Formats: sequence, C-alpha cells, structure tokens
Amino acid sequence: MNLISYIVRRLLLMILVLFGVTLIVFSTMMLLPPGMRVAAYVRSEKVTQEQMDSMIRKYGMNDPAPVQYVRWLGNILQGNFGYSSTAQEPVADAFKQYFPVTLELVLYTVPLIIFVGIWLGTIGAVHKDEPADHATRVFAIVGYSLPTFWLGLLLMMLLYGLLDIFPPGLLGNKLNDLINSPAYHEYTGVLTLDAILNWRWDVFFDALYHLFLPVFNLMLIQSATIMRLTRSSMLESLGQDYIRTALAKGVSRKIIIRRHARRNALLPVVTISGVLFATLMGGAVITETIFNRPGIGLWVARAAVLLDVPAVMFNALFLGVVFVAVNLVVDLIYAYVDPRIRLA
Amino acid sequence: MSDATTFEEHQEVADRPPKKNMHPRLRELLFGLRRFVSNPLSVVGLVIIFFFAVVAIFAPLIAPPKNPANPYMMPHTGWETTPSPPSAAHPLGTLQQQYDILYGIVWGTRSAFAIGVAVVLANLIVGIILGVLAGYFGGAFDEIIMRITDVFFAIPFLIMAMALVVVIGRGLKAVVLVLIILNWPQYTRIIRSEILVIRDREFVQAARASGASHLRIMFQHIIPNSIYSVLILASLSVGVTVLNAAALSFLGLGSDTGYSDWGQMVSTARNWIVGPAGARLAYWYVVFIPGFAIALFVLGWNLLGDAARDVFDPKQRRK
Repeated sequence: MNLISYIVRRLLLMILVLFGVTLIVFSTMMLLPPGMRVAAYVRSEKVTQEQMDSMIRKYGMNDPAPVQYVRWLGNILQGNFGYSSTAQEPVADAFKQYFPVTLELVLYTVPLIIFVGIWLGTIGAVHKDEPADHATRVFAIVGYSLPTFWLGLLLMMLLYGLLDIFPPGLLGNKLNDLINSPAYHEYTGVLTLDAILNWRWDVFFDALYHLFLPVFNLMLIQSATIMRLTRSSMLESLGQDYIRTALAKGVSRKIIIRRHARRNALLPVVTISGVLFATLMGGAVITETIFNRPGIGLWVARAAVLLDVPAVMFNALFLGVVFVAVNLVVDLIYAYVDPRIRLA
Repeated sequence: MSDATTFEEHQEVADRPPKKNMHPRLRELLFGLRRFVSNPLSVVGLVIIFFFAVVAIFAPLIAPPKNPANPYMMPHTGWETTPSPPSAAHPLGTLQQQYDILYGIVWGTRSAFAIGVAVVLANLIVGIILGVLAGYFGGAFDEIIMRITDVFFAIPFLIMAMALVVVIGRGLKAVVLVLIILNWPQYTRIIRSEILVIRDREFVQAARASGASHLRIMFQHIIPNSIYSVLILASLSVGVTVLNAAALSFLGLGSDTGYSDWGQMVSTARNWIVGPAGARLAYWYVVFIPGFAIALFVLGWNLLGDAARDVFDPKQRRK
C-alpha cells in the first residue's frame, strides 16, 4: 500500500471516529431532562419557567432523538455552542478567552516532558540493572502513583506557603493591571508571546515565573510514561543485530546509542507524545484548578460542579476533535518515518 | 505469545521423568511466585497492599463507628471550621468542621478497595466477553466493536468522565459507573489482539478438527492462553482507577463532605495550604495525610502490577 491510499484510509477512519465522538457527547447530553438541555440556548441568567417551557417547545427538545441530533450538529457546525452560565457569556467567546491559557501551559510542558522522559529512559536502558537504572525506575513508578492534585498542593504548601515563592495565578497584581490597560495590546492571549510582541520583558519573565510550578508539577508526573516507553524500546533496539554489527565495525558507543539505537527506539515515543499533547489539553483540569490558572481546565472544573452543561459538553467535543486530529498527524508522521507501517 | 510457553512446557513435562510430572499450570504458578518473591519492589508492593487490606478488614476495630448504620460517614465533633492538629483524641488531627482524619483514612481504605476492585472487575468481565467474541468470530461484529473502541480512545478521558458524572448525578457510585463505562475498550482491544494470534494456532485447529464446540474451544483453549495480558492490565489498572476516582472526588464530583473517601478529604485541603503568619505549615496534616494514603495505595498496586507483568509476561521473563 502506498502513502496516498494510507492517508485516504486514515482520513475516512477519522471522519467515522469524529462522527462517533459527536454521537457519544450527544447521547450523554440526551440523558439530561429537556429543561437542562435547553440551557444551551439560553443567553441570559434571568429566565422564567414559562419562557423555559416555550423554549423547550421552540427548540424541539422533545423531538425524536435523531431529529435533535441533526439539529444539534447543525448548530455546532455553525459555531453556535450555547451559553455558559459559569463564564456568563456564550461558550464560543469564553473559549476564546480561556483556550490560550491552557495552550500556553501545554506548549511549555510537552517538550519538557518529552525531553526529560527520553533522557531518563536512555539512561535506564544504557545502564540496565545498574543503580542509575534502578533510580530512574523508582522515579517513574513513584511519579506514576502520585495524585497530580496532591503533589501540586504539597508544592504549593512548601514553596508558596512556607517560602512565599512561586505564587498561583497567571501574573502578579501589578502586571495584571498593566496587561488589562489600554497601553498593552493583546495579540494572541498567550501571555509570554504577547509579552514579547509588546516588548515587555517584565511581563514575560513574570509569566514564566508563574508557569514554573504548574509545568514542574505536570512534568514530574507525566514524564514517567515517556521514560518507561523509551527505556523498553531502547532495550529492544540495543539488542538488534545491526547494533552488534556497528559495534563490530568499531563505531563508538556514544554514536551507537545516539544514532543507531535511539533513532529507532524513538518511533513509539512519537505516538505517545501526540497522545500526551491531547491528554494534557484536558488533563490540565487538575493543574489549572490547583494553581488557579483560568484556562479551559479550570473553566470545565467549575462548569461541572455548577452543572453548566453547555460548557462541559463543548469542551468534551473540542478535546475529542483535538485528540482525533493529533492522532492523525502522529499516524502520518509515523507512516513517513517508518516505512514498515505503510507497507504492512 | 503466552501459549508458546505453555506449549513448550507441555512438551518439556511430557519428556520428563514422572516424579516431576506436576500440572504445567501449577508449575508455571510456582515459577512465577519464585520470581515474584525474588524482586524486592514486588514484595514492597505486596506488603503495602497487605497492610491496607488489614486496615480495611479491621476498620470497625481500629476506628469504631459512632453510627454503625452508616459507618462511612466520618464523625465530627463540632462545626469549628479551622482544622485541629494531631492530639490524643484525634491522632492524625481533624479536617475543617472537625472531621477525624484517622477515621476517614481507615474507612476510606474500604472505599478505595471497593472503587478499584469494582471498576477493574467489571471492566475485565465486559472486556473479556466483547474481546473474545470479536476476536474469535471476527466479521461485522468485530468491525463494529473495534470502531466503537476507536471512538472511546478518541474521547478525552477526564473531561468525558466529568461530563458523564454531571449527567448521571454526583456521587461515588456515579464515579464508579463512569470509570467502568470509559475503561472497558482497553481490555477489549488487548484480549482481542491476543486472540487473533491464538485463533489460528495448531492446537486450536486440532481442537476444532476433533469436533470441539465453539464454547469448549473458547473456554478450554483460547481464554486460558490469552488471559494473561488482560490480567496484567487489570493489576496495573487498580492504581490508575483509584487515582482517577480521587481526581473526580477532588474536583467535587464524588462523595459528599464527610464521607470517608480520600479524594474528597484532599479536596477540602485546598483551603489550608497556607497557615497563619509565623506558622505557615500549621495545617500540613490536612494536606499531607489523605493524599499520602492515596499515593501509598496506588504505589502498592502499581508495584504489584509491575510484578505481575514480570511474572506473567513470557516476553519479559525468558530474557
């Protein structure tokens, strides 16, 4: 099979999966009584029961499910996602405001996790059954077992509580006022990027300062997965014949590890890195809640507790789409770098 | 792959003198146990889980309930909002509203076991049934099941779990149900892929040729040889399940305040990470203790799961 037909097949599968995701989100919503579902169309806080009933009729909340599904999907495709009572604005507007905060967190965290994971995983594989290997394995299994929220709270208690460093939030008070003033132009909503575009390095460094603890927290817990995968995959590739050939040829150990073994060992890591990106977009819920960062995670957490259904459903759908898209990209990269996949 | 081992074992056993003629599965088990005990990390895991099991079993003796009809509600002495530090009356201190931490930890052990075991058992049952049917019969049923698992793999876990809990209605039961709904596809996929390999092996063909029924082939030949991979997944899942349940509880979607559930206990700790001036760590016990219980419990299961993989996975152990 050539690359083109592989891509076509993947795209068709993606459409099928996306359809499934919308179906699951819709079915979840249909478990709710009509009164709660109609909230997706309500645009203000003050609605009487009569208005509610007439809206239930108007929007056909008692129609057969397939009819409602088609209507719901139509609304979504037109960008009409309803009103979020926690954000007190339409879901689409709230999303535009919260999304960059989460994106920023994820963009700083993912490369760091991948780097640390690959680094420790390589150490573990190269020094198999030596103290360094045992140390990284213990690090991994402990990281695997710690609740994100607990580690976050402990870090906050010790660093912010006791030492008064690394405060929660996005920025210090003074700079917060500054970025909300007319003198400061918001280009993207990604704080560090906007800071550079505004040439305000004080904002840039303060934003980084506030990012440190959440990023560190996520890194400690999430790099375990990549580390374990790199280790086992490295061990496998170190046992291959071509490694022995390279050794016999007299290639240096360093080059064998870096160029021969690790390049091949990183193939499965590519897959998991994509998944990691998508998972963190949603998994930031806990971290954002603890470190008080107003991103989509904090928004969803609050929306879930306050039964703000449109916000929760929209984010489930959005992250599902991100997940599918990321997986497609990963599969394509994978097929490109590993011919065995597309030829299979 | 696990069948290859047992197949060889069969032959080996057949070649041996009769005095060593132990049942091959029993011999496998002994071999596995020996490996298990030789790994210090596995033993640590076992000790941790054994400790929690003892605490869970003897909960009524360690922390006698004031109201035996509803032992999972933590007793609280007064409505004082500020937690009180460890004392003779409260060996581990109290949470806000004076809920006794020791009591919550002890009875929370039962909640944790219940959550982990209920979710993993249910997932094993659903996963094995669907995976075996899909893998063994193939065809349209297989295609449908696999596309459904594709969709489940594409939905963001935590957010979808939150959405489902919101819809079903908050509470620990809802959390358990949601974790079951969202986790079965992993099991189904793994056992299906094992079965695809085993389905066409010679010993299955032999059974088929000798007229064995589908049911007999499945239960006698296919399931015993493909089950190890899901058992490994199951043992590794208990910890993750408890972590996810705790995360949902932490976000306020689990049990009510006062219920002996570790995640719920940590959720109140957010108000107490900074103590008064001069004693900034004054409320450390509120933050540290319930979360430590979760971490230790999960660590124990993860160590056991790792050990199970080393013991059961022939690819790992014959090296």
